[in-house]
Amino acid sequence: MVSRVRIKDHWAEQRIFTFRSIVAGVLVAVLLLTVAGRLFYLQVLRYQYYAELSQGNRVRTDPIPPSRGLILDRHGAVLAENRPSYQIELVRELVGDIPALDAALSQLGAIGLLRAAEIPNIRRTVLLHKVYENVPIKLQLNDDEMALFAVHRWQFSGIDIRARLARYYPLKEIAVHAIGYVSAINEEDLKQIDSAEYAGTSLIGKVGVEGAYEHQLHGKPGFKEILVNAAGRPVAKQGIYAPQLSSRPPVAGTDLILGLDIRVQKIAEEALAGKRGSIVALDPRNGDIIALASTPGFDPNDFVRGLTVEHYNEFQNDIDKPLLNRALRGAYPPGSTVKPLYALAAQVYGIMSPQQTEFCPGFFTLRGSSNKYRDDQKHGSLDMREAIAKSCDVYFYRVAERMGIGRMDEFMKAFGYGALTGIDIPGEKAGLYASPEWKRHNFKRVAEQVWFPGETISMGIGQGPITVTPLQQAHFAAELAERGQINAIPRLVTASRAAGSDVIAPRDPSFMPPVNLGTLDQWSVIYDGMLGATTTGTAFMAGRGAKYKIAGKTGTAQVFTIKQTENTRAKITDERKRDHAWFIAYAPAEEPRIAISVLVENGGFGAAAAAPIARKVLDAYLLPDTDL
Amino acid sequence: MNFEEFSQSRARRTLTAGGRMLRALGLDGPLTGLLALIVCMGVIVVYSASGQNVKMVEHHLANIAIAIATMLALARLATPQYLRLLAPVAYAIGVVLLIVVAITGHIGKGAQRWLDVGFMRFQPSEIMKLAVPMICAWYMHERPLPPTFRDLVIMGLLIAVPTTMIVMQPDLGTALLIAASGLIVMLLAGMSVIIILASIPILGGAAWAGWHVIHEYQRQRILTFLNPQNDPLGAGYHIIQSQIAIGSGGVFGKGYMNGSQAQLEFLPERSTDFIFAVIGEEFGLLGQLLLITLYGVVIARALYLAMQGQDTFARLTGGSIALSFFVYAFVNSGMVSGILPVVGVPLPLISYGGTSMVTLLAGFGILMSLHSHRRLIGS
Repeated sequence: MVSRVRIKDHWAEQRIFTFRSIVAGVLVAVLLLTVAGRLFYLQVLRYQYYAELSQGNRVRTDPIPPSRGLILDRHGAVLAENRPSYQIELVRELVGDIPALDAALSQLGAIGLLRAAEIPNIRRTVLLHKVYENVPIKLQLNDDEMALFAVHRWQFSGIDIRARLARYYPLKEIAVHAIGYVSAINEEDLKQIDSAEYAGTSLIGKVGVEGAYEHQLHGKPGFKEILVNAAGRPVAKQGIYAPQLSSRPPVAGTDLILGLDIRVQKIAEEALAGKRGSIVALDPRNGDIIALASTPGFDPNDFVRGLTVEHYNEFQNDIDKPLLNRALRGAYPPGSTVKPLYALAAQVYGIMSPQQTEFCPGFFTLRGSSNKYRDDQKHGSLDMREAIAKSCDVYFYRVAERMGIGRMDEFMKAFGYGALTGIDIPGEKAGLYASPEWKRHNFKRVAEQVWFPGETISMGIGQGPITVTPLQQAHFAAELAERGQINAIPRLVTASRAAGSDVIAPRDPSFMPPVNLGTLDQWSVIYDGMLGATTTGTAFMAGRGAKYKIAGKTGTAQVFTIKQTENTRAKITDERKRDHAWFIAYAPAEEPRIAISVLVENGGFGAAAAAPIARKVLDAYLLPDTDL
Repeated sequence: MNFEEFSQSRARRTLTAGGRMLRALGLDGPLTGLLALIVCMGVIVVYSASGQNVKMVEHHLANIAIAIATMLALARLATPQYLRLLAPVAYAIGVVLLIVVAITGHIGKGAQRWLDVGFMRFQPSEIMKLAVPMICAWYMHERPLPPTFRDLVIMGLLIAVPTTMIVMQPDLGTALLIAASGLIVMLLAGMSVIIILASIPILGGAAWAGWHVIHEYQRQRILTFLNPQNDPLGAGYHIIQSQIAIGSGGVFGKGYMNGSQAQLEFLPERSTDFIFAVIGEEFGLLGQLLLITLYGVVIARALYLAMQGQDTFARLTGGSIALSFFVYAFVNSGMVSGILPVVGVPLPLISYGGTSMVTLLAGFGILMSLHSHRRLIGS
């Protein structure tokens, strides 16, 4: 085989190269045109689409939280407002990396602005936020803390004090159980609310008016569009890339006007100071609550600031239960305060006539039983008016015995025993008015379902399976004042004022159907009896020297049962086993403008412990110009 | 001297003055001018894309200075004879350095590519961008064209050795570009059309095999390219954001330094691999077409100069440099505009970054040297 020898042919080689180069050049042109075509597609045909995407990329909508509505009393005194509060805020990217953050937090702890126990939580919160966001790490600084930070300011970068609007309750613990409070939104709240409405808001109403009227008080948030970069960070040079950034101002929440008279409220709380108890005073004509006190109370501002774990445990473990709203949720036996309604029932059912006298030997025995139901004294012979005024137990034991639990139950339930009053703040308890039927429904064992005649007798003087709340008691006092003809539902909020408006819009009171029981004559017996209580009867000391007529009734509810033979209730030494003291009243008796209930837990006799407190509150409301 | 003579002599004198200077430097006037235009455009865009970072622009200018010096040195000093001798040396050094980085290479971007030589770091693969086409041209220089099958196999091996090492680094993009530059030599040398057609199924098989060799992140890039919406916050983010940048630029662009995608950092790697999108956003379709046109003219002029080469080495080297430049430009603009997968290739002569600039201008220096050192035949 002959090996082929190839000789370089320069001209041929150059032709090959030139031809291939030209082919390559054509290919280059085609491919570059392909890219140009792609660009034409993106920039001309799809321009609108990509322009919108680009706009959406860089505009972020930031919420502007609304200013919360104010809460005012009936004379315009501010009960809840928003005021600048100073807080320490941290911007992570200005602080530095994680070790720098840890160092800064422990330094804040070292100078006493943060407590060591809360630092891990704060650290977690800070890390949950974006690096450029302002994270509040300590709220509501006081003057000392402000000064402390100012001294050490130079040690920190990215940590500074900022003023923000925060809820503030200028009267602190005054009326806290009526107003309620706001505090940090928790997971439970998040399930209830529209999170868009709460973007930018960190506090929400929890209880009281703040909780019940959250929707009106909150307002509507506004928004502003801001330019952001890819990391979501707001960009300073606005307007260059997005000239039309829109915004909408927030709408402040509605101001609420309460029926509370804060002067009366203060006097009520002063009178209860150092005691566990409650006062509810309302206008019987429309249900407007004039005063609603429950002691001990607490400073709601602590909740705005955020409770520390220790502080919360302190509240939880406090034997006096300051967080308990006794006015709505404290259920106590009403004691003798039930007697006026039983007296009315006795007339309505024709069991006793007002003039008929009964002899009180100081005790009562049930037919066929040797058990003695004691009275606190031998009242001797008395008619219905005197029985109310002097609160004779034996008289009402006999009323109960003759009336029977069926009619008692029917009558008392008509006035709202065992039912919610329907007040406009949440958490109210209904109390209890037991009956044989109730026992059958609520006990499983047959032995427990038996209704004893003795229970009927006990309920005749407001003891046994019968409980009421101070709010219910005030409501019953109002019904007594209006003879059942006006049956107003208690309410705290009486009017509102839209944001930025001067016009106060009153809200119509709401009523339950009137209770048409008892004739005018029959009612006048009750009226005389209750008037008698404050003039010649049990509460005459409290009624002495009043410039208006008070119709009232004392009550002493047993907490601890002692042997019937002993007649030494007042001598019980253990303070917490003493009786609860009640007083209900309305005044001026002829034309009532206020109905009141006073409860003093373990206060002993109602006449001694509760009635004088009620007198102070009545004086404060009815004689506002008198120097008290 | 009448007026006509005067004006003619003036014109001739100015022409010759510029021409004399360029010839003295071994440069080609039109090509130098076009390259200068593109590089200037790059400086302007880098200033905007870097977020008006003067430090970066200064660094970019320093890189340009080094690249120009390299180009001038090669254009003036490296005669075709030297270059032909240099080709096997450069190739050998490149292979040795690739072995060195494979063993001791620093870890950069999760890949072993960089070699630290004290005062600077550089990638040996950059040398190969020029050494591979030169070694192929060198090999064909003494042999008659078109290449025999045996020649093609040998050139294929010369290409495969560095390419495989670079794939292992792993740097798929650069490996493909280097393979392309060698392949271009084979095609320009007159590789048989039958072999070209026959190689298509072979390449298909190689692609299938390659799919199983490459790293997971490289596979992911290809998959994401095929459907960027699959992973909008991950690997697809680059492509989506760059298309938004280009598309929202429209015909006239949003204006210099006014591209929201670029300035607000939505566009990743905006001063390096994705700088083409910045041009699209701020200067619009017109800006990008201008650049593509400049690229096209540069490639045409470079091919024209290569065609004038007097020997096989000069022609094949020059042609490969010209067409490799096209490949870089096409791969980058295609990737940024979403018609090619994302491979880490900078936009030639525009992107921030020194190595690519130096390699490219060095290539053009070689191209112009080969052209300017022609011997006059037949005179």
